[in-house]
Amino acid sequence: MLNSDLIAGLSACVPSDSIIADLEALRPYECDGLTAYRQLPVAVVLPKNVEEIRAVMQFCLQSDVPIVPRGAGTSLSGGAQPEKDGIVLSLARLNQILEVDVENRLARVQPGVRNLAVSQRVAEFGLYYAPDPSSQIACTIGGNVAENAGGIHCLKYGLTVHNVLSIDVVLATGEDITLTVDAPGYDLLALMHGSEGLLGIVTEITVRLLAEPPSARTVLAAFDNVSLASDAVAGLISSGVIPAGLEMMDKLAIDATNQFADCGYPNDASAILICELDGNHEEVLQQVKLVTQMFTKNGATDLHIAESEDERLKIWSGRKNAFPAVGRLSPDYYCIDGTIPRKNLGDVLKQIYRLSEEYGLAVANVFHAGDGNLHPLILYDASNVDEFHRTEVLGGQILELCIDAGGTITGEHGVGVEKLDQMCIQFSEAEIAQFRLLKQAFDPKEILNPGKAIPTLTRCSELNGLHVHAGAIPFPDIERF
Amino acid sequence: MGDQTIQLIHDVKRASKDNEPLEIVGRRTKEFLGRATSGTILDISQHTGIINYEPAELILMVRAGTPLSEIRDTLAGAHQCLLFDPPHYGVGGTIGGIVAAGLAGPCRPYTGAVRDFVLGLSCINGAGEHLHFGGQVMKNVAGYDVSRLMVGAMGTLGPILDISFKVMPMPELNETILYEVSEAAAISKITELSRKPWPFSGACYLDGQLRIRLSGGSESVLAAARALGGEHAQDDATFWQQLRDQTLPFFRQEGTLWRINVRPNTTHMQIAGAFLIDWGGAQRWLRSEEPDDVIRDVVARVGGHASRFRGGDREGDVFHPLSKPLQVLHRKIKETFDPLYLFNRGRMYAEI
Repeated sequence: MLNSDLIAGLSACVPSDSIIADLEALRPYECDGLTAYRQLPVAVVLPKNVEEIRAVMQFCLQSDVPIVPRGAGTSLSGGAQPEKDGIVLSLARLNQILEVDVENRLARVQPGVRNLAVSQRVAEFGLYYAPDPSSQIACTIGGNVAENAGGIHCLKYGLTVHNVLSIDVVLATGEDITLTVDAPGYDLLALMHGSEGLLGIVTEITVRLLAEPPSARTVLAAFDNVSLASDAVAGLISSGVIPAGLEMMDKLAIDATNQFADCGYPNDASAILICELDGNHEEVLQQVKLVTQMFTKNGATDLHIAESEDERLKIWSGRKNAFPAVGRLSPDYYCIDGTIPRKNLGDVLKQIYRLSEEYGLAVANVFHAGDGNLHPLILYDASNVDEFHRTEVLGGQILELCIDAGGTITGEHGVGVEKLDQMCIQFSEAEIAQFRLLKQAFDPKEILNPGKAIPTLTRCSELNGLHVHAGAIPFPDIERF
Repeated sequence: MGDQTIQLIHDVKRASKDNEPLEIVGRRTKEFLGRATSGTILDISQHTGIINYEPAELILMVRAGTPLSEIRDTLAGAHQCLLFDPPHYGVGGTIGGIVAAGLAGPCRPYTGAVRDFVLGLSCINGAGEHLHFGGQVMKNVAGYDVSRLMVGAMGTLGPILDISFKVMPMPELNETILYEVSEAAAISKITELSRKPWPFSGACYLDGQLRIRLSGGSESVLAAARALGGEHAQDDATFWQQLRDQTLPFFRQEGTLWRINVRPNTTHMQIAGAFLIDWGGAQRWLRSEEPDDVIRDVVARVGGHASRFRGGDREGDVFHPLSKPLQVLHRKIKETFDPLYLFNRGRMYAEI
């Protein structure tokens, strides 16, 4: 289809001010949070209501035009990367909180509502929305559903899937369905979470709100090496305490953060743990005591309990600024998202440092230790082609380490465009085939976010034939479909 | 006993070759649930055993035929539990049956549903292939979430072979407080209290009494019990167990038993019969002889859904009927796993 015909077709579905087609205005949409890969779409469509979404989808279905759904574009895996011959369907204008039901502790929102806006809106009732991905200022609830977003507090309060009560979906066929928690039938509500925009467009979400805990205390602990800190994580979890958050940072990340934000992390520490405990006062006091004992037993060299709310926020400001702080150390960084059993944290970190030396690329670690969810940040310079290539290979190897350690290639960022090869390693061909059949059940013409999240069987069989465990596959510049 | 994977795969492959429907069974403690089905028996009850239990990692991996009681006892040895508190409907009931039926106890709105604690599982599809989804880690978004899709699918997508759970520390203390109030007052009381972060793990109204269970650290539970007042209930552990297992006198009386899910503060469901309010108002058990359509109409009008849990016509719609597009989608999804419609044909809905 000619681009002009496509735009004419879209104009019949939505008003002209809802279509972006000129080059300058399209630029911001050429990538999401994974900036290493870019592609311009033919057009971006910004519908204002469900009827417009349905019309656009029906047109695209008839005309075989790929649709890439997009929230705030904060995906770190290229989930919102455009298709060359397709459109981007931005949900940004569906940004209304439709209902706050205080009695039933729920909020009904449109997909373009920002994550943080929900908690801000319901704060006056002593309620909040628990999932808090680090992009929560910008990222949208619709995007959170598509990626099954987590965050610092998901150790105790769960991922997006645990905090959504109902969603409305427009299917690729243009039909509407409503999926509700605890309803009979297949749990399609769970299936939609983390499906990366491949199965349908979420047009409305009812989220569960929680009552604000009356008390929260934060403990900052320093360790001489990451192995001791890792053992402290495993020890704490096994003691029966479930902290609201349990985060780790290594030396490189601590130094970068101390220089960037005034957070007062101990300069001589090789690793720090930030542990937050929340609940009622009695419970929190009891747990703080237990946590400090456990950290001391596991070799903490320095322990600090935030005495005031300001101090608590100061400790967290460092963690929340850690990614931009690390970002100042090099022109670019590449964020990895593997999850492993907590008992293997120390070993896997050691192997990551070994690989970092081998590839001549620095790696900083800032991550959700309580969940075993690693976020190694590989520092590189995108303008150096060789360095970028080494970064990709190193990233792939770290993910394979995670699989070997009994883990997964992605804990919360999604597969997107960047982890398709590793999907072929984590899953058998029969399992990939099952995923592909599910996609076809929802979207037989495969117009929704094609090419993302699930690799083709051909890609996997070629890759498995070529796969060399210890390094790069041969002929890396040959395209693989 | 033990690992029957090879035998079960063999049985499914043979059924697939002969196009022979299969009825998946464990210990048959939930045979009353769902629509009637038939077929050659595929018995999972001998596929038993704990494959991996690491208390420090909070993970448990078990074969589907393992009895719930064995799992409960093993976890209790390390002061841990399945926090969704599955019902025990009879001696020997299996964990696979609980997962396939997706059944959680009275704590569900406070601690989570079955699917919230399933980290991964393996199953057999209609071609006799052994497939693994999810894993044994706390967060995992690689591929579609097929593990959670299998939870509550009533075996219609194929037999589950083994399951990995997130297990949790047992609450240090449980306390129950009791208020003698009317039904309307009970609903408004629980609604109001739920706006504060009390350590609730159950809220039930029956026969003029609102019972609220508090669970967690001892200091926290005692402080909450003091603050909330009410009367201290003596029979608490027994009551909550009988509610969970449906052995309270309410469940033993005559009448079709309905399970109704609505927004917690719902009132004005005018249906002749007896109600028990569970899940802090989000789940209502109803014993009634009213026609199915009448009950479903009333419930649909308040935005809920109603399924028959015990009794009534097992050839008709037992579970709340699906919208037309959802019916079509269910068929298509069924066919991706089971193109020959071998597994538990019609157990959930006539069309799957």
